[in-house]
Amino acid sequence: MTLIGPLVLAAFLFCVGLYGVMARRNAVLVLMSVELMLNAVNINLVAFQNLKWQDDPVATGQVFALFVVVVAAAEVGVGLAIVFNMFRNRASINIDDADLMRW
Amino acid sequence: MSSLDLLFILFALITGAGAVLTVTSRNLVHAALFLAVSLAGIGMVFLLLKADFVAMVQVVVYLGAITVLFLFGLMLTRAPIGREALDSRNRPMAMVVSASLFGVLVVLIVRAFGDFPPVTPSSSSVGDLGMAIFSAWVFPFEVVSMMLLAALVGAILLARRESGDSGEETEVTPIREALPDRGEVEAEQRRAELAARDGGAR
Repeated sequence: MTLIGPLVLAAFLFCVGLYGVMARRNAVLVLMSVELMLNAVNINLVAFQNLKWQDDPVATGQVFALFVVVVAAAEVGVGLAIVFNMFRNRASINIDDADLMRW
Repeated sequence: MSSLDLLFILFALITGAGAVLTVTSRNLVHAALFLAVSLAGIGMVFLLLKADFVAMVQVVVYLGAITVLFLFGLMLTRAPIGREALDSRNRPMAMVVSASLFGVLVVLIVRAFGDFPPVTPSSSSVGDLGMAIFSAWVFPFEVVSMMLLAALVGAILLARRESGDSGEETEVTPIREALPDRGEVEAEQRRAELAARDGGAR
């Protein structure tokens, strides 16, 4: 298996996630796009671990992929809580409406 | 090209298509389900890379928990549907930025790793992974578990309905009245027209 395949897939997923973050208005869809970007990073970590640095005794890539999964889960939890709060206060989850702290 | 590569290309296409449909779909629930397809494809890619445990965690955490969380998030927030409501004005600019970033990344990847020979993926066993987490990575592991606890408490605190110090419910923040359904508005107009015509005939 070549190393290029997973890396290009990860780059594609990251760019799709970036597009979603910039182009979407709904805050829940923006959170979904952030998930795509985090998963792209995970593919990179696992691919480098299992294809290039196979004899690493402490499995750095896979362990950090697991940490990234944990951080992503925490991020979704807090992010959705913030979105619910915003919906309760403003009756909208359009991120263009969230301009309270804009200068 | 080995069968492993063919399988990888298949799952990469499924993953990429799911991701693209996630960010372009006009229906919110469909977007969440396409995200689930994409995450399952990523889990299959992990399996092809021989990362069994990470693939299992991917399926359990992402497909089992996070997708359901997103579906609940979509159900609990009433959001308009349609391209105008879902995509912001800077959509063409976002497309240009992400496409050019993808081009730059692909050029960099091919220049850096283009001559890397194909290898068969190999991985340490789940037992070795556990030993690594609880010996070499035990401090980051503890930090991550504390962060998870903090995120749990923070999410409960943020999503809870506000109440005063005594625990009594304070006044609920009023939310804007929902706009009337378009069908109801049209039915109302038709009823008014009929009433006017009946009045004129009499």
